[in-house]
Amino acid sequence: MTLPGRFKQREARPAVFARQNGALPERGLVLAQRRGGGYAASVWAGAVAVKTILDERGMAETLAGLADQIAASVPRDGRLAVVGIRNRGEVLGDRLIRLLEDRGFDPIDRGVLDITLYRDDLAEKGPDAVVRSTEIDFDLNDCTLVLVDDVLWTGRSARAALDALVDLGRPQAVRLAVLVDRPGRELPIQADFVGVRTQHADQHVNVMVAETDGQDRVEVG
Amino acid sequence: MTRSTTPTASQDVSARQGEPVWRRRHLLDVEELSPEEITCVLDTAEGFKEVSTRSVKKVPALRGKVVVNLFFEESTRTRMSFTLAASRVSADLLDFSAKASSLSKGETLRDTARNIEAMGVDIIVIRHPAAGAPHYLTRCVDCSVINAGDGQHAHPTQALLDVFTIRQVRGSLEGLRVAIVGDIAHSRVARSNLWALKKLGAEVILVGPPTLVPKEFEALGATVSHDFDEVLGQVDVINMLRVQMERISSSVFPSIEEYSRLFGLTTERLARARPDVLVMHPGPINRGVELASEVADGPHSTILQQVSNGLAIRMAVLFLVNQAAASES
Repeated sequence: MTLPGRFKQREARPAVFARQNGALPERGLVLAQRRGGGYAASVWAGAVAVKTILDERGMAETLAGLADQIAASVPRDGRLAVVGIRNRGEVLGDRLIRLLEDRGFDPIDRGVLDITLYRDDLAEKGPDAVVRSTEIDFDLNDCTLVLVDDVLWTGRSARAALDALVDLGRPQAVRLAVLVDRPGRELPIQADFVGVRTQHADQHVNVMVAETDGQDRVEVG
Repeated sequence: MTRSTTPTASQDVSARQGEPVWRRRHLLDVEELSPEEITCVLDTAEGFKEVSTRSVKKVPALRGKVVVNLFFEESTRTRMSFTLAASRVSADLLDFSAKASSLSKGETLRDTARNIEAMGVDIIVIRHPAAGAPHYLTRCVDCSVINAGDGQHAHPTQALLDVFTIRQVRGSLEGLRVAIVGDIAHSRVARSNLWALKKLGAEVILVGPPTLVPKEFEALGATVSHDFDEVLGQVDVINMLRVQMERISSSVFPSIEEYSRLFGLTTERLARARPDVLVMHPGPINRGVELASEVADGPHSTILQQVSNGLAIRMAVLFLVNQAAASES
């Protein structure tokens, strides 16, 4: 059976998946692929309650709100850098840069971080781990760095990103901005700037951005 | 400020959705790799290049893993490159040198390898004068094996770093014409390059005297030429092989002077090549024999770029075979 790509769940994990699988089989959770130790679960649209929590306009407003929070908090007399975590953090970071420029920050250093080599589940991912380049061609030292990701859930991606940053330089401060804060932290990490919060740890969050997914939308389900 | 959208963004998504391309625990030869697998190594190496430009030139990907350099043949740069690559991915490295080993006391390759593996080794990087030694090793041990050159057979990481360098400068290898010049018959670099280039869509012309470039190579899908000057103006890349001085005295090899006059890349010859031609060499160079000093150090030369790319390729290969092994255990 082929499922529409946009219903592919991100960050699906065995424990969560098993819970859902046990609770909701007749309601249409139809596919679980085991691949190199990881799980990819897909949800059949309509059968399981997939709820849109942000549409295109909601996403724009949320990002504007994030930019307001950042603008109110980071010092204006120092250098500001915005670094997105691949893949969707990169797109969101680019949008935040534009919004922050509108709020008087200019120039802003742009960076992209690939955290694959710093993940703590590399062994479990096996051949599924795809390495892409990190693009940080400015001096990290002494800047205020805003790290951008789409979803903060377990905190493990953020941990990996922080470790990667330490190897690249020593920013004056690192702040974390996320579009969606999902409960379920496994590490003592919190975001400084949050777009929206979801309520349940076992509710998947699927962030789509026009640049790579054809539309701006955030779904939970 | 820079705000260019990266061209890799959409590729990332497709790469993540599909099945993983690389599933090999060993890298033995380019001949067995698919074009997709070669591209996967090059793309991964792209991600590792940046590591060498930072203040902390290290990533934790192979932390706790042990890599052994098992070299039964002299090598300086390949060995150093693997050593540095292993340390940049945070693996621990054991260096084994044939001369100082119990091999001189009569131990077999199999016993040597099994003894080393018993110490808890994850990846063996082997160079051996006998073709097929790395393949044989995969049947003796359970750990990953990377071929760093076996006899006249294969030198996969050299070929991968060569195509990586060409791709870096020209964007793609599709439709490019590449001349490999020198002692093709005895060269593992030439063989592995031929496979890698052809799989990525380049056309290969093998150039050298008839004794060193037999017509039989045409069966592998290359063009054979014994006239360098004729080929010169037609190619995008000239890969000059090293003249192996130990062969000079043999009957198949012309004198150095004659070889250099017919097949050496001089400034005069370079002037007749395409203006954007790339001049490559796997090193170490015999200055004034296969390559004039001015050409080796000139603007067309990618020799030093090849060396630094070699590091990224070897980091990528160590990473990929280790990830593949992780899924099997």
